[in-house]
Amino acid sequence: MKTNDLILQTATKIVLFIIVLFSIYIFFAGHYTPGGGFVGGLLTAGAIILLLLAFDMKTVAKILPINYMTMTAVGLLFAIGTAAGALLFNVPFLTHAFGDVHLPILGEMALHTATIFDLGVFLVVVGVTMTIIQTIGGDE
Amino acid sequence: MSLLHLAIISPFLLAVLVPILYKLFRKVHTGWFILPLPLVLFVYFVSFVSATSTSQPIIESFTWIEALGIEFTAKIDGLGLLFALLITGIGTLVILYSIYYLSKDKEKLNTFYVYLLLFMGAMLGVVLSDNLIVLYAFWELTSFSSFLLIGYWYDREKSRYGAQKSMLITVFGGLSMFGGIILLYIMTGTFSITEIIAQSDVIFTHPLFVPALLCILLGAFTKSAQFPFHIWLPDAMEAPTPVSAYLHSATMVKAGIYLVARMSPVFADHALWLWLIAGFGIVTLFWGSFSAVKQTDLKAILAFSTISQLGMIMSLLGIGAAALHFDGIDDKYHTIATTAAVFHLINHATFKGSLFMVVGIVDHETGTRDIRRLGGLMQLMPITFTLAIIGSFSMAGLPPFNGFLSKEMFFTAMTHIIDFNVFQLDTWGILFPVIAWIASVFTFIYSMILVFKTFTGKLQPEKLEKKPHEAPIGMLISPIILASLVIIIGFFPNILSVNIIEPALSAIMPEFLFEVHISFWHGFNLELWMTIGVIVLGTLLYLSLAKWRKIYGLFPEKLALNKAYDHGLLFAQNGSLKMTKMYMNGSIRSYLIYIFAFFIAILSSVLFSQNAFKIDLEHAADVRYYEVLLVAVIVIASVAILFVKSRLTSVILLGTVGYTVALFFVNFRAPDLALTQLVIETISVSLFLLCFYHLPKKRNEERMAFKATNLVISIGVGAVVTLIALSAHSTKLFESISQYYVENTYTEAAGKNMVNVILVDFRGFDTLFEIVVLAIASIGIYAMIKLRMKGAK
Repeated sequence: MKTNDLILQTATKIVLFIIVLFSIYIFFAGHYTPGGGFVGGLLTAGAIILLLLAFDMKTVAKILPINYMTMTAVGLLFAIGTAAGALLFNVPFLTHAFGDVHLPILGEMALHTATIFDLGVFLVVVGVTMTIIQTIGGDE
Repeated sequence: MSLLHLAIISPFLLAVLVPILYKLFRKVHTGWFILPLPLVLFVYFVSFVSATSTSQPIIESFTWIEALGIEFTAKIDGLGLLFALLITGIGTLVILYSIYYLSKDKEKLNTFYVYLLLFMGAMLGVVLSDNLIVLYAFWELTSFSSFLLIGYWYDREKSRYGAQKSMLITVFGGLSMFGGIILLYIMTGTFSITEIIAQSDVIFTHPLFVPALLCILLGAFTKSAQFPFHIWLPDAMEAPTPVSAYLHSATMVKAGIYLVARMSPVFADHALWLWLIAGFGIVTLFWGSFSAVKQTDLKAILAFSTISQLGMIMSLLGIGAAALHFDGIDDKYHTIATTAAVFHLINHATFKGSLFMVVGIVDHETGTRDIRRLGGLMQLMPITFTLAIIGSFSMAGLPPFNGFLSKEMFFTAMTHIIDFNVFQLDTWGILFPVIAWIASVFTFIYSMILVFKTFTGKLQPEKLEKKPHEAPIGMLISPIILASLVIIIGFFPNILSVNIIEPALSAIMPEFLFEVHISFWHGFNLELWMTIGVIVLGTLLYLSLAKWRKIYGLFPEKLALNKAYDHGLLFAQNGSLKMTKMYMNGSIRSYLIYIFAFFIAILSSVLFSQNAFKIDLEHAADVRYYEVLLVAVIVIASVAILFVKSRLTSVILLGTVGYTVALFFVNFRAPDLALTQLVIETISVSLFLLCFYHLPKKRNEERMAFKATNLVISIGVGAVVTLIALSAHSTKLFESISQYYVENTYTEAAGKNMVNVILVDFRGFDTLFEIVVLAIASIGIYAMIKLRMKGAK
């Protein structure tokens, strides 16, 4: 019997972006309101899982040609890089810096190196979750 | 490092070269390269003779471990020199003998000489070290090299058994001796024997004195094969005969004697020392000679004979200790025991060494050592027969050989024991001469068996593996030299007394001045009549041996010490196996029970023994109704998990618990935790579902079986944790540091979400490694699933 997941797939296409936006919001808001890299990462992974449910693994791999283990590695690199970068400025490991920076297009911005660290966490969480789900799901 | 140190370690240095020499010069017997070393060492040690007999001991020091006060102090005094001369002298003869005894084509000579040199160096180290730690190190090295030598023919099971047995027993003693050394160090603060002797008056009343004495004696008794630790020596006879001659008659077994003599100035004031050494010595003397008569293997006879003679020397050293309690009266009889001990030590080394070599020759030329198959070799092997006569008659204590003189002195010491009125020697002391005399009768019998059963009677060529003939001259040189010494010392006993025996005695008993004069003929006295009695009764018993031999059958084999040892070993082995099997049963449930039971026991006992348990509700917050509601939900869900039958239901109930926990986080104002908990719970529940989907179909879904232990343990764990939580909550020792975070989150870290700021900024280090943990988990799962071996289950 041929099944038709049209409603699910259409709904997914719309809901996906809402979830992704929400996760990005949660990630960036983390320093001021509840959220952060961990929950943000889990939510993004949730969005991709929704894609996996609605479509099949090959299609998702075509849409998002990402190696999630590389992603984990990159995330760890971000986190450790931020932490170790502090050493270049003669301050202890994992000392963060923040301040207002004037950028060409965006103008006055409040930036914080903790965000880069959190981005590392975000990438690791997405990478780890997706690796686990894909590995188990792809197992025969 | 002085020349003396070099002399001690020179065997080790040569041992390094042996394999090279063996490989390079295959045509020459490796023993020829070894032979010069002990000879040179012997000559070198002889050069000390005049020095030690007149002046102070020679001491050379070499720092080893400065921080621990361990110095390799080499000290040559009379006692050390006597042993050093025995080791190198007999070492030379044994190596010469082994050159002819061991075939250069069939045997692995490189290992043999490496072990032998190792032993020689270790033995020299034992007798010439003044530092107890160094002495102990060399002591264990002698045990170790002896182990290697006994197991030289390692493809024979009996060799391995004997090697293991001797290792276990001597190392057991060695370790207890190490304990004794440490106790001595605690008492005196030094490892130097000289300094410990200087403090012997002080430590006499120390509470650790007796334990130290017992520990040291245990070491000496095991090494010198004293009753009941003698059982390793007969089994050590599986070693090649040169090894038996060297280690198990002349040198290593005398290490215990050396230790007792060396430590005499420290301990000999104590009654325990006298009674233990003299008592165990005399029992060993009797038991060794009694057991020797029943043996049928020549080497076994010699092994028990060695045990018996060692017991005799030991008991003499013990009796000699009584001399320290006398002042004035008549020193002659008090020190004669020690003199006899040292004199017999020398004599025993000479005749026992030659007897072992004789037995080796008989074994080598006939192919057997069993006296039931031997006989009538007198005409075929006249020189060997002569040597055997000299050795055995000396061992039996017959004139004109040296054994006669030391036996007479032994009787003198034993018969005068009742004169001592210390330590109840005047009452119980009468036992000593009686046992000594009976033991001497047995000594006479086995000495006669050794000679006459082997060399006289009828030749039984059909029972022998080879056609017997006289040994090559090279093999005979060493026993001839030793036998000549037996006779020379027998006729001229005083050639050694001034230069060797007197310095040795003054090392054992520094308080006395010795003038040793051993006269060959001392008139018709009690000792001579005792010897005549030994000869008469011994001859009668030897001739009627067949009639009374049955008494050995009366003694049940089951009660023999060997059986006890074997059973003990087996018991230890099986017992530990059983015990391990009992608790290491492979079931994770049991291990969890141990862990949790331990957890409960330790924590609850600490909680109550330290009076740490208290409940203080002062800091407790008010309970609100939705908290009660959530607790009810979580309790119901948790309890239900225990009783539901279907796995699916338990997974869903577990999810319920998880989501309720998330609600708790909401309730207790932890939005970050609530968010994370919700998502994580969702993922883990789906993973659970995935797992259960893949479980084998045929398994019936059953409710978890009830087990009372589980109930008790789980209730115990819950109660303990609750009690600890309550107590911890009731005890606030200091203010929380959270105020710092509240104040500085924005000013220092430019954030308003305190949880996140702590996670990435204040304590970002933890987060760093938590994401590493996650990464490892994902790689682990990937590896488990993707990298399965093809075809593996």
